[in-house]
Amino acid sequence: MKISHEWLARFVPHGRDAAAIRDLITAHVATVEGFEHLRADLAPFVVGRVVESERIPETKLSFNKVDDGSGTLLEVVCGAPNVTVGAKYPFARSGTRVPPSAKNPTGLLIERRKIRGFTSNGMLCSAQELNLGDDADGILTLETDAPPGTPLLAVLPAGDVRLEVDVLPNRPDLLSHRGVAREVAALTGTPLGVPTELATLAAPGSPPVRGDTAASAGGISVRIEDRADCPQYGAAVLSGLTVGPSPDWLRTAVEASGGRSINNLVDATNYLLHGLGQPVHAFDAATLAGDAIAVRRARAGETLVTLDGQSRALDPRMLVIADAERATALAGVMGGRASEVTSTTTRVVLEVAEFTPRVVRATRRAVGLSTDASYRFERGIDPAAVAEVLATGAALLAHVGGGRVEALVLVGDAPAPRPAVTLRAARAALVLGEAIPLAELTGLLTAVGFACAPTGGDALVVTPPSWRLDVVREVDLIEEVARLRGYDRLPDTLQGARPGTVPDHPLFTAYRRVRDALVAEGLHEVRPLPFTSGAAMPSPDDALVRVRNPLGEDEPYLRREVLGTLARRAEYNLNRMQGDVRLFEVGTVFLPQGAALPREEQRVGVLVMGRRRPAHFTEPQPPAWDEWDAKALAERLARVAFPDAAISLVAADAPVLWSVRAGEATVGTVRRVALDAPVWAKPAFGLELTLGEMPSARVAPAGAHAHASAPARPRAAAPMRYVPLPTTPAAEFDLALLVPEAVTSAQVEVLLRATSGPQLEACTLFDEFRGEGIPAGMRSLAWRLTFRHPERTLRDKEIDGRRSQLLKTLEAQLGVRPRTA
Amino acid sequence: MTLTEFIAALDALGADGPARIAAATDLDSWTEVRNALIGRQSGRLTELMGALGALPKEDRREAGQRANTVKVALEAALEARRAELAAAEAAGGRALDLTMPARDRWYGAVHPVSRVIDEVVEIFRELGFAIALGPEAEHAWYNFGALNFPPDHPAMDLHDTLYVGDEQVLRTHTSPVQVRTLQQYPPPIRILAPGNVYRSDPFDPSHAPMFAQIEGLVVDEGVSFADLKATLSHFARRFFGASTRTRFRPSYFPFTEPSAEMDVQCGVCAGSGCSVCKHSGWVEILGSGMVHPAVLEAAGLDSERYTGWAFGMGPARTAISRHGIPDIRILYDSDVRFLDQFAR
Ligand SMILES: [Zn+2]
Repeated sequence: MKISHEWLARFVPHGRDAAAIRDLITAHVATVEGFEHLRADLAPFVVGRVVESERIPETKLSFNKVDDGSGTLLEVVCGAPNVTVGAKYPFARSGTRVPPSAKNPTGLLIERRKIRGFTSNGMLCSAQELNLGDDADGILTLETDAPPGTPLLAVLPAGDVRLEVDVLPNRPDLLSHRGVAREVAALTGTPLGVPTELATLAAPGSPPVRGDTAASAGGISVRIEDRADCPQYGAAVLSGLTVGPSPDWLRTAVEASGGRSINNLVDATNYLLHGLGQPVHAFDAATLAGDAIAVRRARAGETLVTLDGQSRALDPRMLVIADAERATALAGVMGGRASEVTSTTTRVVLEVAEFTPRVVRATRRAVGLSTDASYRFERGIDPAAVAEVLATGAALLAHVGGGRVEALVLVGDAPAPRPAVTLRAARAALVLGEAIPLAELTGLLTAVGFACAPTGGDALVVTPPSWRLDVVREVDLIEEVARLRGYDRLPDTLQGARPGTVPDHPLFTAYRRVRDALVAEGLHEVRPLPFTSGAAMPSPDDALVRVRNPLGEDEPYLRREVLGTLARRAEYNLNRMQGDVRLFEVGTVFLPQGAALPREEQRVGVLVMGRRRPAHFTEPQPPAWDEWDAKALAERLARVAFPDAAISLVAADAPVLWSVRAGEATVGTVRRVALDAPVWAKPAFGLELTLGEMPSARVAPAGAHAHASAPARPRAAAPMRYVPLPTTPAAEFDLALLVPEAVTSAQVEVLLRATSGPQLEACTLFDEFRGEGIPAGMRSLAWRLTFRHPERTLRDKEIDGRRSQLLKTLEAQLGVRPRTA
Repeated sequence: MTLTEFIAALDALGADGPARIAAATDLDSWTEVRNALIGRQSGRLTELMGALGALPKEDRREAGQRANTVKVALEAALEARRAELAAAEAAGGRALDLTMPARDRWYGAVHPVSRVIDEVVEIFRELGFAIALGPEAEHAWYNFGALNFPPDHPAMDLHDTLYVGDEQVLRTHTSPVQVRTLQQYPPPIRILAPGNVYRSDPFDPSHAPMFAQIEGLVVDEGVSFADLKATLSHFARRFFGASTRTRFRPSYFPFTEPSAEMDVQCGVCAGSGCSVCKHSGWVEILGSGMVHPAVLEAAGLDSERYTGWAFGMGPARTAISRHGIPDIRILYDSDVRFLDQFAR
């Protein structure tokens, strides 16, 4: 809402400057987001004092020394007759742009220049040059104590200030100058007034002709067919009008609140909208068929060309104003082109009505058209103001249009009084943390229009004013008290807190463990968008969750894999010639479940490609990430993610390399990742683990809780047990084996472990070799076995015995033989 | 040999050994020294170890331990000298150029938005808050209805919502976690709920259709606006610095009342006004308020008995302002050159 500081002051003569009003409104009412000086063009001008002055012979000019506060006296040539030593004037330093004015229609850039041999470093200005008046006879003398150099605007309050108030949806009463003025009146202790332009209007001759559903007067009949959506409809019939330019005060008011002056009648309707908060509409009465106005739902197939020239197809969701033949306006949204006030209009029907928020919102959404009027109706207008604005508005239009009010008609019900709300002082004290006496509560609320009746006890019965539709329960009154008193005047005291009952969510603690481990591995955490094109899916609508109103049709789905997102991010990097990519994300995937909410899983995805380490002079070509790095990362990650489970990686079918098991459950996969990659790119490896599900079922029905079923805090895992350090020496030997290609390393190792007995301490594969000396269809694998007896040194004979036992078993069961040199 | 003699011999070896090792000038002479000291065949230490058996049984343990200590020290000195000599030899007899760079490794990084979340979490943990989470695809009831949004009301227009089904939305804020938590756990409640939220906002330099939010919620008997102000001001001082000034100004959220925005004094201009704070001297940090009784009632709690407060903040905004990131999309692009700036 754009508020003109000068217009506001006509409603409430508070005597404060605009900055003070801004701070007051922000602190107590709503945030003032914009503060625009409408004469910002004067900001560069400063106060200058003439220190010396002498005439330049044979000219009208004077040569002066001017103090502009900079510490150096400036030489300035001036053509004005009234330069006086010691006086202060508006001064433009070199580089200042003087605004366009009657004297300088294109404006003027002040620059250092020579005049008749004298240097001039600026300009002393007249009122006319600054658009501050018509006086061009001499420079403007400033009666001020301010020192030279002070900004001109600080000593010469020139021009209005436009305040942009961020009015939130609960406070439609602030969408007018009068509404904001009510608050300022309360906050400054200034009585709310009536602007002169309204106070001096001649009241309409007679009160409105009233009716429940219909009434007529002045040759116009008004009928409400849809009373649920239109509780009140007022119409003023005006005649003898002349459409023309607005008087200055009206034009200025419209422009100061951000509008454009159109003509006297339209500007007057905007005055009522921005000044009093009531949207009104003026119809050219000559265009209304049958001199009739009906408020009804639109009919299917009806059309209306609105003021903006658009032809709109109407339907019964919309409320319209119609004459005897057709719709003439979208109720509460926009008028029709055909009944628009034009330069030849002389007779007008002025509509001042109440339409319900619901129907205006429905109409506005159905036609896709939001206006100043619909914005206010959607949030709710002051129903008690309709009759008042009808009378005032009729008088205003008659005044500015030079015509007369023929008649007023008001159809519908007088608004019901607002229900009273009880405010307990003890409750306010509990919520705000400070006891506020009843008298103060009464004072604060009364100042903004609430009627407070004592109950004799610790409470007040409070009736909200008609414009405060948002106040319906006690806590609404407590908020009023808090803000009017001032949030900064309420106490801030830390209260002793009891420990909460909620345990840390296990998915958050898992995230932190996983993240810290991956960062320690040299990987970068990312937080990309989770939308996807679905291009890789044969039938994406079945496999993916589709956003019904996506931001773009290129990525309308939510992902079901983190790795896909990381692959696109890797390609983004490859496009920027970045081949060393190590990304991970802990994020959500969405798996469709028919009409139910999608199943959500928290996943960790990892993608690595490029060099395993940075180049160093000892290793100019570091190795690239390979399958074994990916496997190691997966094992490490799975252990961190599932600390209580036994982790195993099981070889799987391409493109998956391994599936990751935690206990019996498959929790993820390790894969090669296919990318749209340039030839120089190294292979990419990815892994994705599911950390857990995030349930989305309702915890309990509305209005109920499920505290009895709250999960218990998880028990701490059993602590790791100390293993005594060995006191006896180990015995090691290597087994170099010839292994048929059909036999896996794991098969051999399982057999080694099973056959070796409990004294086997370690069994480490340390070599794989194919080629010279190795028969076709075979490979050589070599393990180092470490044995240790807990109590004594193993004898050589025992070791040799084990070795031959192992070889015998391997040969018998797997066809594996020792590799002889 | 007695224990005393044995120890004297060991000490002599321990004193003499390092000097002999240092005197080795190449790998050949090093090998000679090594063999003389600890060689298996004729090393002095090996001889002494062999003599252990001749000591009285009760002395063997101590003698063995002492011998081992000397052995470890000699081995370490030998290995250090060998490495020096080998390096010198590899360098053609020249000394190492110690100005050459260290062997490097990749360093990982926590995302800048996660770093802000971490800091917020850490501060509230000190105050006894635990972490709660909730789903991102939500019932409209948790996202709006339970949070006291009037049906079909302009308040909804502040939340440009992405829908995934009938009455199913991508949550527009983390506040649904408030209601889920209140339904699941009895008061006292002290939680922090970080998470991603969605808006139907075009992806541009200052908007993203998904972004992180952090929600906080306190519910118990006797919790007041004074506690809200004190706790959030404490947070601001811990987060932005001990001298940080805060102010609270009226606002509107359907699920809190009274509602308040918290500003901190602009750190760039110290309150005198600059372009960062749009010349107001203050920077908006978070929205907050007393939990609306209707929210407690939606979760089946007695709103006369319990009161509470809540807040919500956007860590991405803090991240871009503290790091001077000009375009919010950089946070999502995942360019490794950007991420690496946070790696050390
Ligand atoms: Zn600033």
